[in-house]
Amino acid sequence: MAATGAVMLLYLVAHMLGNLKIFFGPDDLNGYAAWLRTVGQPFLGHAWFLWIARVVLLASVVGHGVAAYQLSRRDLAARPQKYARRRARSSYATRTMRWGGVILALFIVWHILDLTTLTVNPRAEEGHPYQNVVASFSTWYGGGIYIVAMLAVGLHVRHGFWSAAQTLGVNNARRDRVLKATANVLALVLTAGFLAVPVAVMIGAVK
Amino acid sequence: MNLTLRIWRQAGPDDPGGFSTYRVGDISPDMSFLEMLDTLNETLALRGEEPVAFDHDCREGICGACGMVIDGQAHGPQPTTTCQLHMRHFEDGATVDVEPWRAAAFPVVKDLVVDRSALDRVIGAGGYITAPTGSAPEAHATPVPKEAADAAFEHAACIGCGACVAACPNGSAMLFTAAKVVHLNLLPQGAPERSSRVRGMVGAMDAEDFGGCTNTGECATACPKGIPLSAISALNREFLRGTLR
Repeated sequence: MAATGAVMLLYLVAHMLGNLKIFFGPDDLNGYAAWLRTVGQPFLGHAWFLWIARVVLLASVVGHGVAAYQLSRRDLAARPQKYARRRARSSYATRTMRWGGVILALFIVWHILDLTTLTVNPRAEEGHPYQNVVASFSTWYGGGIYIVAMLAVGLHVRHGFWSAAQTLGVNNARRDRVLKATANVLALVLTAGFLAVPVAVMIGAVK
Repeated sequence: MNLTLRIWRQAGPDDPGGFSTYRVGDISPDMSFLEMLDTLNETLALRGEEPVAFDHDCREGICGACGMVIDGQAHGPQPTTTCQLHMRHFEDGATVDVEPWRAAAFPVVKDLVVDRSALDRVIGAGGYITAPTGSAPEAHATPVPKEAADAAFEHAACIGCGACVAACPNGSAMLFTAAKVVHLNLLPQGAPERSSRVRGMVGAMDAEDFGGCTNTGECATACPKGIPLSAISALNREFLRGTLR
């Protein structure tokens, strides 16, 4: 879970930074999207880099999901009888990892149908991500789904980053506070960076 | 003080069990929780009823026997063992739920008594040092760095009570195994078996009905001996080191 999560987290940071190009105008974002297809040329063919990234991400998502499923099965079986009264003493982010993960998996499907394959996009103009993003976030459901999912990403990263450090044996008593603070900053920056786009479209700052 | 107790009663491993309600009066705030249960059992015995079965031994917080979940918290509202939990931490007239540790790896034997021998099997897979025993060796025969001695002692404080498993929403024994592995692997005496110890103990832990760790941190919060959550990270580090080489 830690290794696949780290791959996806690195991708999220790059994705969030790329998204912010929308504030520089349609030419900047569309130009950036076109450039992504030329990365690695002439060593790689057209859009090869993109496809390599997609394969790695798909493997990470599937690996993460399978591990989460196996772990959850084992964990639920280990507590066959619940306590009559139970006071959870872990954080909200920690307790919502499973449902947050399910929300994110469903969102990824929606997100690809919306802005990659353009199947459900109201504008669906290939090669014009700026216009498609604005069209999607101009609908109440497009913006709403995105905002809920990004809040889930923030919570997932808040526990996930620190938990991955525990799993990989990186944490110790001295580093604990630094790792927790880093997890909080990462979660906040990612959520704020991703949310900036739909919010800007909804208030009319990006048209 | 007067309390209403809802206690889990279960005649044996195959009995479905259920809560029974008892009223206990005349409780001194200076009594321990176990002494309060003793008073209840005396009245039950006088009435000719079956006393509530619970584990206890040293009654001074070092043997780890007296595990029970009080109001949804392992060992009750204070970070200590049940024998060291005093009745002054409860409100007069309150209703208190008392349950056994709930974990697939800890089957209920009777009432509040569970079988914790799964933890013993984890210890049996490497929680020791293979060395000739006999009279105590000279203290300076093996120099131990101060930092290692302090950290080893912190982890050696684990009394194997099972509160970590009881508190963990996944019924995982990671903190227990971590405390034992880190304690011995930090010391020069434990160094020769460093890799086989962590592989053996993690293997034995996985072979029991414990759940997996998701780093919720509930174990360290419930631990009466203050084993730090970073022990789990250290266990993972030892495990990676022990399996990669």
